[in-house]
This record gives sequence, structure tokens and C-alpha cells, in this order.
Amino acid sequence: MLDTLKGPIQAVQDFYELTGRAIRNVFRKPHYVDDILLQMESIGVGSIPIVLLTGFFSGAVMAMQMGRGLQDYGQTGRTGQFVSIILVRELGPVLTGVMVAGRNSSGIASELGSMKVTEQIDAMRALGTDPIQKLVTPRMIATALMLPCLTIIDDFIGMIGGGIMAKVLFSVPTRQYWSTVWRALVWNDVAQGLTKPFVYSFAVSLIGCYYGLRASGGTQGVGRATTQAVVWASIAIFVLDFFMGRIFLGISQIGT
Amino acid sequence: MAESTAPNIPDSAPKKADAKQDAPVSVLRFEGVTVSFDGDAPVLDKLSFNVHRGETRVILGAAGSGKTVLLKTAMGLIHPDSGRTFLFDEDVTDKAEVELFDIRCKIGMLFQESALFDSMTVAQNVAYPLLNQKAIQVQRDQMEPAVRNSLRFVELEQTMDKYPSELSGGMRRRVAIARAVVTNPPLLLYDSPTAGLDPITAHTIMALIVKERDANNTTGLVVTHRYQDGNLVANFRYNPNSGRLDPAGAEGTNTIFMVMKEGRLVFEGNQTDLEACKDSYVMKFVKRPELEAA
Repeated sequence: MLDTLKGPIQAVQDFYELTGRAIRNVFRKPHYVDDILLQMESIGVGSIPIVLLTGFFSGAVMAMQMGRGLQDYGQTGRTGQFVSIILVRELGPVLTGVMVAGRNSSGIASELGSMKVTEQIDAMRALGTDPIQKLVTPRMIATALMLPCLTIIDDFIGMIGGGIMAKVLFSVPTRQYWSTVWRALVWNDVAQGLTKPFVYSFAVSLIGCYYGLRASGGTQGVGRATTQAVVWASIAIFVLDFFMGRIFLGISQIGT
Repeated sequence: MAESTAPNIPDSAPKKADAKQDAPVSVLRFEGVTVSFDGDAPVLDKLSFNVHRGETRVILGAAGSGKTVLLKTAMGLIHPDSGRTFLFDEDVTDKAEVELFDIRCKIGMLFQESALFDSMTVAQNVAYPLLNQKAIQVQRDQMEPAVRNSLRFVELEQTMDKYPSELSGGMRRRVAIARAVVTNPPLLLYDSPTAGLDPITAHTIMALIVKERDANNTTGLVVTHRYQDGNLVANFRYNPNSGRLDPAGAEGTNTIFMVMKEGRLVFEGNQTDLEACKDSYVMKFVKRPELEAA
């Protein structure tokens, strides 16, 4: 029994150690600004197309389903309200997080995994560079800066998709749609919508880095690391979403 | 390597010109070093040896005998479970990664698969230690000549703007040598420098290793499973006038052979002792004329 638990406990310990060192390096020199900018371009700008597509269609589908339900009560005019709350509070951060996890956790894990199995990580250490400072911290900072931005884009595009569907299927006037979208949102929603992707960004980047840096066994090992990174980053996002949702619900109840 | 572009290495690095006149100084020392992974059988088992300045150690052994782990432990990339490791007479066993960086700048390492950074050009790869090793201070304007000199040393000056993926295996190995020697480190570790190469390229690589040793009086550890590599290192010297390798003659080359078996050192001595050794495992690594004839 103890032997069975030893592996996962060791993995959790290693992950927290990596997280601690990556965060500590934010405040220590040298700072690899070029690497941060490069990763922001790769993680942020590179993810825009998939965020646009998923954002638009998730908003459109939500408006379609919500509008159908609301039609029974003659409340299709409130479609925008539901779309905006669900998108900003939940679906935007989670969908963006999962899409970026799928694209970037896998990319990070395979890149670092390839470097690990070809001894480039060892070479880096031998040549006077801390691989966590050079490889992990820039990816963590870049994801933390870009994921909230991508979530804002996703939310906005989702609302546009919802607006189009509300207009086409339920003849909701555009002005009314955007008016309900705007009025439905309170500061707690915006705070929630931006805090969540910031927290998810650590799961996306650090889980990718963790599995990449512990890859072993050649190309097969890199493939395994990539798969594990995507799976665990996605699971972590849903688990974090649950707990953060609970925390924000508590905060909003205290407010009322 | 051209002295004009030699980077500044910290004071504790031995002065190369005086290397031969000085009393034997320990460059690398293992005292009962044991390394194991995940509680399995030890990869290095109570290993002890002492490498003096100016020596070349040829480490022979079968695959999985712990040769690569030995080099990585020497470099501080792997921490031993027990025993002590000393670099330049300094105990580095319990040093943190950050503290090791200053010592590592005195060591050059050629990795088994070259380990060139594939997202960087050849020039960027060779310049990497100059840019990133804190203890080495190189002026910006000296960087390019230092890189060019190092690549000229391995006769690959024309590949500066190429990426490692555009080079052959032998060329990658030579670029990795250029990267290892660009800071003029006093200790060089070569991990299977000829593995997977054709005999001609393998000879070129070994000739470069001999050239580096004799041109700069460096201490070296050469891990290999080919006896002819050790034979070349032990019996030939680089002639700077002709640019070729000449027989070392009676003077010799201060080369010591080590044979590893399952993490243990089963032989340590000069080439004559190695060839006279009757141990069946050790004999497998020695090419003997009478055996070849038989």
C-alpha cells in the first residue's frame, strides 16, 4: 500500500518543488526577457485562432440552447444575460484554459521532453544555466500574462457569436442583446473571469514543464509526457474551477 | 585555441603553461562514491580514484557499467548517495546547483549525443558558455573572435550560421567539442566521443581530443568502449608544426586506463599493465596482436 502511494506522493512533492523554484526565480537574476517575449508570442498570439473559433462557437451554441429554453417563457430577450454570465464566469476561463492546455501544455512538455532525452537540459546545467530559470520561469510568466488576455478575447467573441444566434434564431434586437449582456455583469463576475485564467495559467505551464523535465525513455517517453501533461493540466483546470467557483460564491454571499 | 581571445577564468584555474612543472595537483577525486537510482542496484559502487593535473584518463567498460554516470557525477549533474567528490581540491558533494556553476565553468563536457541546442545556430551554441557562465567575463567584441577561433580549432568555421540539424553526426560532435573548449577549461570530460561514428570520423574526433590536450595541457577523462581510442590518446602527441599526430615515443602521454564493470572500478593503471592484465573482463577491451592473429 505504502509503495503504491510513494510514487504519486513523490510526484506531488517534485511538482511543488518545481513550482516553488519557478516562482522564486521571478525575483532572482538573471531574467530572460527575450525568452518571456518569445513564449508570449508562441503561447499568446499563437493561440488566438483556436480561442477565436472555440469562443465564437461556444457563445453561439449557448445562445441557441438558452434561447430555446427561454422561448417557452417568452424571455428570449434575456439570452444575452445568460450568455454573458456563463461565458465570463465559467465557460470562457475554462474553455480557454483547456484549449491552451491542449495546445501549449503539450507543446511545452514535448519541447522540454525532447531537450531532456537528448541531454540538452544536462548540457544547459553544465554550461552554467539553471534550466528552471531559463525554461520554466519564462513559460510560467508568459502564460500568466497571456491566458487572462486570451480569456477576454474568448469571452468577447463568444458574446458576438451568441448575439448573432440570438438575432438570427430568436430575432432579439442587437441593441437589446448587448444591453442585457452589459447589465448582467457585476464586478465579482469580472474579477472571477480574470482571476481564474491567471490561476489556471500556472497549471497549464507548470504541468507541461513538469512532465517535460521528467521525460525519459526516448521518443516514446516524450510522447507519454505530452499526453500526461495535457490530461493532468485539463483535469487541474476543472478541479481548480470547482474550488475557485466555490470561493467566489462565498465572497458574493458575504457581499450580499 | 588562440590565446588572444581566451576568456577570463577564475583564479583557481591552473595556469596551463606551468602545468607540467607543478607538483601533482588533484583535479578530480572520488572517495567511495555510490550512486543509485530509485533504490535499484548501485550504478556507481564505492568508486574511488584521483585524477591529477595534466593526466588523461581513458575509461573503458561495457554499456551500463556506469561510465556516463561517472562523468555526470564528476560534473555535479548527479549527486552521489554516499561518498565525496572533489573538483580542484574543493569538496563539491553537497554544493547547491547555483554554487556549482562557478566550478563548472572550469570543466568542458562533450555529451554522448553532442547535446547541441537545436533551436540555436552553431555560432550561438558555441557562444552559449561565454554568455551564460557568470565566472567567465568576455567582452562583447571578443565574443565573435572567440567563437570563430573555437570553430576553426575543429575546422568548422564555415558552419557558423547553420543549425545542428543541418550537420552530420561527426560535425555535430566537432561543434560540441568547440563549445566544450571555447572557455579554455582546464578539465575536459568526453562521453563516448566516437560512439556511432565511422572509423575515419572517429579518428578525426580523437585527433581533436589529443590536439586539445597537447595544445592547452588540459586534463581529460575520455569515456569509450573502443580500445583504439585509448591507444591513440596514450601513444600519440599533437605536433603543432605539422598539425598532425606523431608517436609520443619514450616521453609518453601521462595516460591512465580505467576499466569499469557494473559500477565498480576493476582496473586502474597504465597501458602496459592493462595489456598484461589477465582478468577475462578487462581482456575483452584490449586489442592484442596475438589474439587478433589467432
